[in-house]
Amino acid sequence: MTFEKIIFYLFAGILILAAIRVITARNPVHSALFLVLAFFSSAALWILLEAEFLAITLVLVYVGAVMVLFLFVVMMMNINIDVMREGFIKYLPIGVAVAVISAIEMAVVITGNFGPDKVQGLVRKGVEYKNTEAIGNVLYTDYLFAFEVAAVLLLVAIVAAIALTMRKRPNTKFQNPSEQVMVKKADRLRMVNMESEERQS
Amino acid sequence: MITLSDYLVVSAILFCLSLAGIFLNRKNVIILLMSIELMLLSVNINFVAFSAFMQDIAGQVFVFFILTVAAAEAAIGLAILVVLYRSKQSINVDDMDSMKG
Repeated sequence: MTFEKIIFYLFAGILILAAIRVITARNPVHSALFLVLAFFSSAALWILLEAEFLAITLVLVYVGAVMVLFLFVVMMMNINIDVMREGFIKYLPIGVAVAVISAIEMAVVITGNFGPDKVQGLVRKGVEYKNTEAIGNVLYTDYLFAFEVAAVLLLVAIVAAIALTMRKRPNTKFQNPSEQVMVKKADRLRMVNMESEERQS
Repeated sequence: MITLSDYLVVSAILFCLSLAGIFLNRKNVIILLMSIELMLLSVNINFVAFSAFMQDIAGQVFVFFILTVAAAEAAIGLAILVVLYRSKQSINVDDMDSMKG
């Protein structure tokens, strides 16, 4: 067993254990944190495959942005955990059965068709190979249209998320700075004509 | 030497775990969203593994696009969840029956 293989099994084991804890943890905050661990270990697996750019992107985008958003939402809500766990035991046998059977089926198909004797081993690239440069070369030429569609999709997602969560609250008191700046002397000061009066002393 | 089938088996196990997560946590929408994220991650592992073993960079470009779509999906899903929580004070799937005939 080579060092590479030991590293692979270490990170794959952490990934599987973290995934198991994600679906079984009582507290949704723990689930979110174990999901962070799962993303980190799969980033390590991708680095083993010489896909450095995507590994770093996974850590930055998922751990840095998406999971923080998840934690934000989980902590904002007051969730009754006991109600949420209803049916966990009831569905445990069928869930485990479906998962185990489909895992075995997939493993049989995969090891039969993509085993070491069918697919050639990983050819390690030299030091001069740059993964980011290779992705950028095709991303901005062959896949330029798809890249721009992805950018538009992200814009639509931003607009949709803001439009969904925006709400008008009629009772809040607020100041309108533009009206404040545009105020004139006549709006605030009223000149009154009146007779002068004698001082009463 | 790591083989392609090692990566494929890891991602298959991950996919089945997230499938089981959807069965087990039927009440909790947040865990359902997390299970979907795990499923997308297992698909991405498959893409990266095939891309590395077949010497074709296109797989990694696809992973890039899947990451984009998954991030958009998570943002909109959580926004819908926040709106739901605001109107019902709960995220239980059983409470989402207002469109039932």
